[in-house]
Amino acid sequence: MNREMRRKTPDELLREVQAEETSSHGRLKIFLGYASGVGKSFRMLDEARRRRERGQDVIVGAVQPKVSPEVQRLCEKLEIIPLKKLPGGLTMDIDAILKRRPAVCVIDGLAFNNPPGLRNSTRWQDARELVSAGIKVIGSINIQYVEELREQVEALTGKHVTETVPTSFITSADEIEIVDAPAEEPIGRSPEQKMSDEKRQQQFTVLREMTLVLAADVVDHQLIDYLEKHGIEQSYGTQERILVCITPRANAAEMIDIAQKIAERFHGEWIVAYVRQADLSAADKTALEEKLVIARSAGAQVVILDGEDPVDALLDFAKSSGITQLFVGHSQSQRRWPWKDPVDKLIRKSQGMDLRIFPH
Amino acid sequence: MGYAPGVGKTYKMLEEGQALRSQGVDVVIGYFEPHGRKDTIEKTAGLQIIPRAKIPYRGSVFEEMNTDAILARRPRVCLVDEFAHTNVPGSARAKRWEDIEVLLEAGIDVLTTMNVQHLESLNDQVWQIAGIRVRETVPDWVVQQADDVVVIDLSPRALVHRLERGVIYDREKVERALQNFFRESTLVALRELALRETAHEIEHRVAEHEGPAVPQQTVGSSHREHKILLLVTADPKTAMLIRRAKRVSDYLDAECFAVVVHASGDISFMPDTDREAIEKHMNFARNMRIDTRILKGNDAARTLVDFAHLNQITQIFLARSRGRSRVPLLQDTLLRRIVRLARDMQVVIVSEREPVKN
Repeated sequence: MNREMRRKTPDELLREVQAEETSSHGRLKIFLGYASGVGKSFRMLDEARRRRERGQDVIVGAVQPKVSPEVQRLCEKLEIIPLKKLPGGLTMDIDAILKRRPAVCVIDGLAFNNPPGLRNSTRWQDARELVSAGIKVIGSINIQYVEELREQVEALTGKHVTETVPTSFITSADEIEIVDAPAEEPIGRSPEQKMSDEKRQQQFTVLREMTLVLAADVVDHQLIDYLEKHGIEQSYGTQERILVCITPRANAAEMIDIAQKIAERFHGEWIVAYVRQADLSAADKTALEEKLVIARSAGAQVVILDGEDPVDALLDFAKSSGITQLFVGHSQSQRRWPWKDPVDKLIRKSQGMDLRIFPH
Repeated sequence: MGYAPGVGKTYKMLEEGQALRSQGVDVVIGYFEPHGRKDTIEKTAGLQIIPRAKIPYRGSVFEEMNTDAILARRPRVCLVDEFAHTNVPGSARAKRWEDIEVLLEAGIDVLTTMNVQHLESLNDQVWQIAGIRVRETVPDWVVQQADDVVVIDLSPRALVHRLERGVIYDREKVERALQNFFRESTLVALRELALRETAHEIEHRVAEHEGPAVPQQTVGSSHREHKILLLVTADPKTAMLIRRAKRVSDYLDAECFAVVVHASGDISFMPDTDREAIEKHMNFARNMRIDTRILKGNDAARTLVDFAHLNQITQIFLARSRGRSRVPLLQDTLLRRIVRLARDMQVVIVSEREPVKN
């Protein structure tokens, strides 16, 4: 995801501001964990208890079928709207909650599927409806039930995932908190899993990492929103964003290879840019096309920039997109007037970001 | 690992200590910073606190962790607050993380707390985010040695509420804190850093389990795919350059060398101010576990690039000094000569970051 793609239209921004002002819209807070048993339910219900003690009207819309004794003790201090029994199974009683109209509703296990025949097929859609009705929802999600991560999780755990929440729902949350714990902790609590400790540890570690990265992306989203709403053009550089500048003679393969590697290792992003030039020879045009094909097949998002001065066009884009590393090729020839050399000019002007110059 | 005071690191550490104690593990508190927080103080109930050492310094008495007393007590697990703390002069060791190393060597397990902004290689990014130069830092390799890193997360909004309710600081400090460090955007950015850093720490551990992440295609001394060389000068920006180059080389699993070039190959011939600055930077690089060399050569650019060729360096890292000269030709002559001579390798020019104006 790049900043440009995420940038909202003025209308969207206005709608958001209005929505916040009228505050007919509730808020959504999500506790994200990497496995069952890390303490999501406890943290969430403990927050519910604290809110209740501070005088807020809190109810519990759904808890897991099996809970630990400490979660049970918390539940006893809270008002619970019982799940509704339907022929197809249990479901959160959304109508009862809407009728009860609490200020805050706690929902465990947002990924649950509802029995067939209801207006929402999943619990997270019920949650979304409650939020639109002006109720603040505090919910929990296990990273293993995120739609976009389904394949990765299935490959890792070997378990088929049937109930999921889309990432867009998670990123729509006003607040997210992750519940992290060392990977050994949940082991004692789920003895039904009969894997070797070593392997399970590894799995948990990968799941923890996925959780942290997803949460970081959500937080990054919030940060960009904040910067946009406050008209701040600088970037915080919290996430590495690489801009690879391709020219007809660039060694695109090497540049893309290292861009991909750095982006992957830093959990960052990379974009390929090309500054349009009017006077390209036919050979250069072909060469450039070939390079853009390499870039696209490596999964790059390609942007084409226009501008009288290629260096300025590149830097303007880089600055407005929060780029932290700019990749370009070395100069082709020794110029008679060094200050006219584009690489020289980039060295002088690329302030606030790293410039990586590649051999041809 | 947290991202700000008050997110609950100490509380969580004590909670884990209590859980261990209830399983019959011999746990003591080696150092605890109560900050007057009631909930946290309650969590120490039943855990033995090892009295602090008293260190006189300039007419006052300071209190530090008493490492010798902990060693004499020999617990199984020791809880120690504030991993990044700098001890008062006159203590046995300069840094608390060095005291903790001593405990670990004696076979004592340690649980400790730190905020992400105290990680050495993030110093410049924290400057960019918060406009603060963090002085108490921990070298990255020390954190990498930890068996596990757990993030203690709390949403910035919840943290600000906590602050406003007077849970974190006394009332009179709250207003100032909200204006400075506890600005929401600062907290959001630091939190993102903490999450990404912890994800990296975890990934690092998985990779170690599974062996090298990078396939070993070449043999001999240059088995790594990337080799990074950085140029140390007397310019104060060298510290930033070292941090950045080290960070990239850690993430790319690359080797990293730092060199200084001098005509005689002996920096004792340099003017005092330059020599002191260079020695400081070389020490800093060694503390970050970077190999350092002094190269002899009249032409610094040529010497550096020759060394790079001889040692199969793939990337040269240089600091861009902030342009003072208005004449482009005179600006960064050395840097531009290196770029010209090193056209067959990657050259990375690292820039200073400016704090976000908010």
